[in-house]
Amino acid sequence: MDWVDLLFVAARVVGVFALLVVLTIVNIWLERKIVADMQNRVGPARAGPWGILQTIADGVKLFFKEQVTPRKVDLGAYLLAPFLAVVPAFLIFMMVPLGPGLEIAGRQVPLQGADLNIGILFILAMSSMAVYAVVLAGWSSGSKYPLLGGVRATAQAISYEAAMGLAMVAVVMFSATAPGAENGTLSLAEIVERQSGTWSGTVAFLDPVVGLIPRWYVFPQVVAFVIFFLAAVAETNRAPFDLVEAEQELVGGFHTEYSGIRFAMFFLAEYINILSMCAIAATLFFGGWNGPTWEGIVPGWVSAVLPVVWLMLKSYVLVVAFFWIRATLPRLRYDQLMTLGWKRLIPASMLWLVISTVVIGFRQFGLPFIG
Amino acid sequence: MVELVIFVLMGAGTLAGGVTVVLARNPVRSALGLLGALVSLAVIYVVNLAHLVAAVQVVVYAGAVLTLFLFVIMFIGVDRQEDTSETIPLQRKLVAGLATVVALGGAVLVSRGRFTWTPASGEAAEIPNGTVQALGGELFTTWVLGVEVTALLLTIAAVGAIALAFHRRSAESPTED
Repeated sequence: MDWVDLLFVAARVVGVFALLVVLTIVNIWLERKIVADMQNRVGPARAGPWGILQTIADGVKLFFKEQVTPRKVDLGAYLLAPFLAVVPAFLIFMMVPLGPGLEIAGRQVPLQGADLNIGILFILAMSSMAVYAVVLAGWSSGSKYPLLGGVRATAQAISYEAAMGLAMVAVVMFSATAPGAENGTLSLAEIVERQSGTWSGTVAFLDPVVGLIPRWYVFPQVVAFVIFFLAAVAETNRAPFDLVEAEQELVGGFHTEYSGIRFAMFFLAEYINILSMCAIAATLFFGGWNGPTWEGIVPGWVSAVLPVVWLMLKSYVLVVAFFWIRATLPRLRYDQLMTLGWKRLIPASMLWLVISTVVIGFRQFGLPFIG
Repeated sequence: MVELVIFVLMGAGTLAGGVTVVLARNPVRSALGLLGALVSLAVIYVVNLAHLVAAVQVVVYAGAVLTLFLFVIMFIGVDRQEDTSETIPLQRKLVAGLATVVALGGAVLVSRGRFTWTPASGEAAEIPNGTVQALGGELFTTWVLGVEVTALLLTIAAVGAIALAFHRRSAESPTED
């Protein structure tokens, strides 16, 4: 590894960070516009065309606002919490493969923050670290409502992480059925590559039909996708699972006592998490950056950029679904949240795991006892 | 060289976390110290190319167990005064003696050259023992009986916990549930 490699690594990290910040600015505006449309309002309309500069204006305002620090805070944890929110959110997105990789000056540069062979475990680890930000913010504020939000966050995170992990395990096991693969994989780049092509050759008598369907894992693993998506909404503390910051009961929840740029960091982390979860769902279930690149028909740089465009399109369909859910559904009660997590999602994901294990086993090794 | 720097930094982080766990007055601070120790240790695993162990450490201990600790601490009440009277006789002296023995033992081992600094080199693929595939293969072929027995044990523990919880609740209020 010489300095050019190091330069490329640094460029990737900075690039992912810049992408996230820009997309967060777009996402906040997009959410406000979509929710406004659904509620027959205009939404942000003053700053720039269609109000697109509204988020930047808000961000600049938050930068220069006074940061109020209440007297009863536990200062160390209070200052640490916003950073603990942003860092895991950023690290999760580092795992998402944005494209098949480019060749620049004779070097293979993957379009991904980092390709770990334990990518999925890393995502789970970081999303479980993200809860510490909420818990610490809630506890260190030295005030009732944030503390309640923090306690709720712990219980919610533990419950929904289990369902999410189990849904991911089903995908990992299914990735072992790819042609030429010996075992499943935890690397996200590998999972995307195994979803290229179509289902042709899997179900013999339906071949003309399945030969046209892309080899996305959402088709055989639709139950896992639904569980993953529900758990992702809960993990990011979005409506209808936003009990952590339930405005009507808890003022602002865990970030009640935060103001200025510290509050903005919680906001940034939330929107990065939404984008990461949608990008990961698109990667695991919708083939990631796979899609037609029309090589040779369109100019070379267009085919190089198209995979990123496909991934972003797939992710944004899910991001808009997040906003749609928020605008439509009322918040759950706390016991309903726990019931959904422990009595519905976790048993459902376990059952689905058993079913897909049995089916994969039969396809791989044949039926037992008869040959 | 990079490895040595990371080791020293993370080793110091682990020690500082451990000391915080013992010395902090506030139980939430102790839990945070434990978090610091666990994460620093995970970084040391990564430097030694044991990526899987590091991820499992963070997922299981930092992610699940410690979150549960924090939940219990906050549920019981963070600001309650702790009972700090020591029940084990000569507790502090025992700890001091143990620490001296460990430090002396470490010093002896280092001075007799039993520790060598071997930096982990190359790609993780050269050391396949730490990868998920290798570990999974071992667990489900050579050690499959142990895995299954442990699974059974954990199931029994979970069932027992549920049974105990429901037993007590029905004894208190026989009309409910």
